[in-house]
Amino acid sequence: MKLHRSSGHLTLAIALLALPFIIDALFGHGWVRITDFALLYIMLALGLNIVVGYAGLLDLGYIAFYAVGAYTYALLGSPQFGIHWPMYVVLPLGALIACGFGVLLGAPTLKLRGDYLAIVTLGFGEIIRIFLNNLNAPVNITNGPQGISAIDPLQVGAFSFGSSYEWMGIRIDDVHLHYYLFLGFTLLVIFVSRRLEDSRIGRAWVAIREDEVAASAMGINTRNIKLLAFAMGATFGGISGGLFAGFQGFVSPESFSLMESIMVLCMVVLGGMGNVGGVVLGGVLLVALPELFRNAAGPVQQALIGKVIVDPESLRMLMFGLALILVMLWRPAGIWPSTQRRREFAADDSVLHQEQETVYDASK
Amino acid sequence: MDILFQQIINGLVQGSVYALVALGYTMVYGILGLINFAHGEVVMIGAMVALTALQALLAAAFAPVLAVLLSLLVAVVACMALGYSIERIAYRPLRNAPRLAPLITAIGVSIVLQNLAMMIWGREYHSFPLPFNSISHHFGGAVANDVQIGIVVVALIIMLGLMWLVHHTRMGRAMRAVAENPAAATLMGVNINRVISVTFMLGSALAAVAGFMVSANYGIVHYYMGFMLGLKAFTAAVLGGIGNLRGAMLGGVLLGLIESLGAGYVGDLTGGFLGSNYQDVFAFFVLIAVLVFRPSGLLGEKLAERA
Repeated sequence: MKLHRSSGHLTLAIALLALPFIIDALFGHGWVRITDFALLYIMLALGLNIVVGYAGLLDLGYIAFYAVGAYTYALLGSPQFGIHWPMYVVLPLGALIACGFGVLLGAPTLKLRGDYLAIVTLGFGEIIRIFLNNLNAPVNITNGPQGISAIDPLQVGAFSFGSSYEWMGIRIDDVHLHYYLFLGFTLLVIFVSRRLEDSRIGRAWVAIREDEVAASAMGINTRNIKLLAFAMGATFGGISGGLFAGFQGFVSPESFSLMESIMVLCMVVLGGMGNVGGVVLGGVLLVALPELFRNAAGPVQQALIGKVIVDPESLRMLMFGLALILVMLWRPAGIWPSTQRRREFAADDSVLHQEQETVYDASK
Repeated sequence: MDILFQQIINGLVQGSVYALVALGYTMVYGILGLINFAHGEVVMIGAMVALTALQALLAAAFAPVLAVLLSLLVAVVACMALGYSIERIAYRPLRNAPRLAPLITAIGVSIVLQNLAMMIWGREYHSFPLPFNSISHHFGGAVANDVQIGIVVVALIIMLGLMWLVHHTRMGRAMRAVAENPAAATLMGVNINRVISVTFMLGSALAAVAGFMVSANYGIVHYYMGFMLGLKAFTAAVLGGIGNLRGAMLGGVLLGLIESLGAGYVGDLTGGFLGSNYQDVFAFFVLIAVLVFRPSGLLGEKLAERA
């Protein structure tokens, strides 16, 4: 049995290692790049999953932490200030600053409940974005809407993830190298998430999500534990943001709009809140679907009607919106919910309904 | 002093629009506990339909006043149908689903509506053809035109009408009962589904009126106009205490005032460090500050524990 399991892991490991080359061969270079972005989004979604999925705190401004991480990397590794600190200093620093912002936001607001918290986090996200957008005068810090370009690539010593290498006749490009780097970080985040899930802290989060009063009666320090969820989520966001800045070589406030926060939230909820596998699936789907639609929207029209009538870009987003609705209607608890949630959902038709406060409150 | 007065007028006008949209959010929230994310897009669709109707009516040489009223009516009816359909398709099947499921479908609806509008009306800014000259009136040094005065007056009438409807009619009583306790309301013979549908249609009608007002005030219609407006109105609803009708009105007007005063004075307050482009930051800071000290908004009752 044990052997069986480890051979399964080995297969998975080989598949993951070979994936960028398979994608490259089948679909082309562009899709490897998309895969890299998918990994960044998966990291973000896993970070948000801690806040929303485990602790049950609805955060609509999560992208702000991603922005903090990205701008930390950009400011300390670009010609903007002429500072070029190495990646192994800037990435942890970005994570730390993002964590600080998480605490800064969480400390005064965590006594708010449910949707009040949602709007405050949303406001926080917008505040960060507006500051990034406007901090080019009177002192130019963020370069305003133009953003910061020529950011240093991710590199360790002389080895740069932004270049191509030849190794035993195989050409390995920057997108492949970034894939392995991001894969490493993603696996780390998955590992931490899985371990947290079964830890005292993870159980405390679930307890708070299910019933805060009962949790605090059981001796859980709800404020600190909630703050911890916020800080942890923010840290993951910060790391992911730093990687994004180094990968892209360019950051601007546009990348950190409310729509991005919403997108990450959709990954978490659509995939299956609180379940690491579900969240990863959600991330993959929500990155891949719009890209698939992008490639399909124009040609399919061409084939069916003979010319492109509807703007492919809006058709693509239209189909994406429809997909969101249909998937949620089809599987209200997410595509791959955690077992606990699935049980709750199934057992829901009985007594609970009589005590509900509003129609939607019947089940969580 | 004149600037102050002018900013107050601008704030009141903008605040009236916010209040109307915020009412839509707050009514739905009060009854379903759901953030109707698509509400902002309903406002935009209202404005777009009104635009098309107005263009058609003016082209058919209708009398200006009649054309305006008819196009407003068309927009209201279209939005009511839209609101009804949104609830039927995207929210009703999920009524007993986990709480975040309808939030995601709401986001989906919002994306669909926005892109549908982009397909139908295009990406460009349309100018809103008001068929009469809006005469400016001077009050001291401040200026208010007919459209602005009209917005405040109409918003006031609508809000009074809504209060009457909710507090003095059978339907209003049913709505309050469902908001209080849906199960008990059902036992008392209230048809919950009907009440919810009516709530959505009412909210959407208000959204249509608000959409018309914004377009008339700024003279511009755009497929993206609903997003920020919806966000602000939702903020206003939370500021006042979500689920509370008076709160939504107060929050809307306050947010309008805060924004316009903030935009006018934020430069002076910070010694020129922050300019009027920080207007939105100002609004959100006030929101956060209010919620830190009054966690359920200005007029909201203390929320019962929700697991």
